[in-house]
Amino acid sequence: MFDLIVILIPLFPLLAVLANGLNVMLGHRYSDEIAHRLGWGSVLLSFLCALWVFGQTLGHPEPRTVIAYRWFFGGDLTVNLGFLVDPLTCVMMLVVTGVGFLIHVYSVGYMHGEEGFTRFFAYMNLFMVSMLLLVMGNNYAVLFIGWEGVGLCSYLLIGYYYDRVSAAKAATKAFVVNRIGDAGFLIAIFLVFARFGTLDYTEVFAKADTLDSTTAFAIAVCLLIGAVGKSAQLPLYTWLPDAMEGPTPVSALIHAATMVTAGVYMVVRNHAIYDIAPNALVLVGVIGGATALFAATIGLVQTDIKRVLAYSTVSQLGFMFLACGVGAYAAAIFHLVTHAFFKALLFLAAGSVIHALSGEQDIRKMGGLWNKVPATHWVFLIGTAAIAGFPFLSGWWSKDEILGHAFTHRRYVLWALGAAAAFCTAFYMSRLLYVTFYGQSRVDHEVAHHIHEPSWWMRGPLLILAALSALGGLIGVIPGGLEHGAFHQFLGPVFSTAVAGASGHKEVHLLPFILMAVTTAIGLAGWFTAHYFYYVKPEQPNLLMNRMKGVYTLLWNKYWVDELYDRIAVEPSKAVGRSFDKVDTVGIDRVVVAVEQVTDLSAAGSTWFEKYVIYGLINVMGYVNHIGARILRQLQTGLVHHYAAILVTGLVILVNLIVLILWWGGAS
Amino acid sequence: MVPIGAYVAVSAILFVTGLVGVLVRRNFIIVLMCVEIMLNGANLNLVAFAHHLDSLAGQIMSLFVIAIAAGEAAVGLAIIIVVFRGKIATNVDQINLLKW
Repeated sequence: MFDLIVILIPLFPLLAVLANGLNVMLGHRYSDEIAHRLGWGSVLLSFLCALWVFGQTLGHPEPRTVIAYRWFFGGDLTVNLGFLVDPLTCVMMLVVTGVGFLIHVYSVGYMHGEEGFTRFFAYMNLFMVSMLLLVMGNNYAVLFIGWEGVGLCSYLLIGYYYDRVSAAKAATKAFVVNRIGDAGFLIAIFLVFARFGTLDYTEVFAKADTLDSTTAFAIAVCLLIGAVGKSAQLPLYTWLPDAMEGPTPVSALIHAATMVTAGVYMVVRNHAIYDIAPNALVLVGVIGGATALFAATIGLVQTDIKRVLAYSTVSQLGFMFLACGVGAYAAAIFHLVTHAFFKALLFLAAGSVIHALSGEQDIRKMGGLWNKVPATHWVFLIGTAAIAGFPFLSGWWSKDEILGHAFTHRRYVLWALGAAAAFCTAFYMSRLLYVTFYGQSRVDHEVAHHIHEPSWWMRGPLLILAALSALGGLIGVIPGGLEHGAFHQFLGPVFSTAVAGASGHKEVHLLPFILMAVTTAIGLAGWFTAHYFYYVKPEQPNLLMNRMKGVYTLLWNKYWVDELYDRIAVEPSKAVGRSFDKVDTVGIDRVVVAVEQVTDLSAAGSTWFEKYVIYGLINVMGYVNHIGARILRQLQTGLVHHYAAILVTGLVILVNLIVLILWWGGAS
Repeated sequence: MVPIGAYVAVSAILFVTGLVGVLVRRNFIIVLMCVEIMLNGANLNLVAFAHHLDSLAGQIMSLFVIAIAAGEAAVGLAIIIVVFRGKIATNVDQINLLKW
């Protein structure tokens, strides 16, 4: 029973993929209505199964392995398509299927009437299958299949509007940049296999403490490269902002709530390896902290509503890596969950704004929308408050916990990076809110006529996500208080082997509250600054922009990182290609031409010789051949079929001959 | 435990299916797909015997076959595109460039 339900979780969306995929291939045999019902219905079923499994796991936190079938084997290698069910898996499953379900429902309203509606749902469900394999797998091979699967779906969905050049380019960019990370991930898997002779998590982690520190460091860093690529951290983050070319529900599901958190999940899953490679862990923290601040500063000046949210996602993922880096894995997963709630909410609300404004994404052409789309405004407000760290909302609890851990583990630099990033976050999110929803309306006149609230398909998920964003943080505090809530107690057994630092600060009772007050003050300061700049004195930002031209240009151009990568990686690659082309046309072709000329010359000589000397002699022979050839020529029809048939006939005769000869040889 | 004969039978059926497809179908792409089916029939045979003899050699061999099949598909599709652009032909029997 348990095994069956676990296997059913990824199976439901897979069946929907097959049905919708076949429907697209066979030319739309059924209506869009059925397609979207299959799409969200299958995810709902998965969610219910996940809930049941979660209920079963509540009392039994010990990991359970469910094996669907033996996947490949031979020699001493056996890899199963198996699932590992433990609290961490349960949390990820619930987030993926729960948030995924809401976004699927939202998509029904958002994608209504789009071309390729069924194709969209087939891709989305394929993504759900891959993501579930990723979080549920019990070995690195299944993890890798899911890892590549979500990458593929990300590619397909970013390039959903494949006739738009920018979308096709963004999709390719995402795929190629991810590939760099995947190379590191693959090497890590090879190292694990070379060292342990198995890919199963349980066996690997049980033997992890036998690793020498160099190998552990190597594996940890290679895994980190993979995580950095998938989770858009420095220096491989450039693909995520461009990924906003995809439809908004895709940005919400893949590029905010689930796929990009796969890197965090992987680091947490492999905490047994990271725990014995403290240097790698420091690297994780530094990358996370640096990314959090770096991306947040870029977000300060962007004007595309989705791009601001994209940089915010990169920054929030940085927070999760920072948490992993100080060994606070539970805090990282807690922030992952709350981030999934409020970032999905923000993206969907942004999608609702874009939908209302007939596709406008530039916040400079918005403003004053609060009374035109009140429901969207309220949920966006809740999402903004949650991410900015307004007290008692979900983001406040989880971000505080991360910063608290950074401070109590004496990583003051990381704490400072995180605190600065938190200020920027509060500022740019409040700025987004003010510029979009308050002040003077700057909407185009034709667009302004069509402004409308979205349908209930879209509004329902928004309201549920808003409730989760507001109250979701409480699972981290009720009933045991700070860091001893239901969530942490549930996850606790997974990290029983983790470093004992988490208990170190329990003795100091006052410190967490001081830190909390400080971070709250930082968040409110960010909000207040934005309020001053964009509400009290709306002309102030332009003045500041002119005064700090240099900084503004730097941020506006995103530190020129894209241009830098173009210069040092993309352009050289193209140059290599062009130089090969040049070698081909100039070098090799010239040799060929020379050979040709020599051949021409000698041919002319030969022709003369042949014409007057040999021709006469063999004319007679030639005529005989000519007649023979005319007969045989009939065989050469030029049709591939006939050649293939003759080939097969010859093969059959040959095989028969060999068998006969062997038989005779054996007989005599 | 599935007997080895069953694997051989399935792979033979696959191979013959592909073979017949290559011989009788006219569409370029289907012919190319049939070639893939033949390769996979052979693959199945390799893997089955590898398992039967408990040796990895056959599985490694089948990986090579898969790699070469990928290359073959790329070249084949490229040829089809060139032919399609040049002659607007999509069927094998519409071109006889190999003649004489």
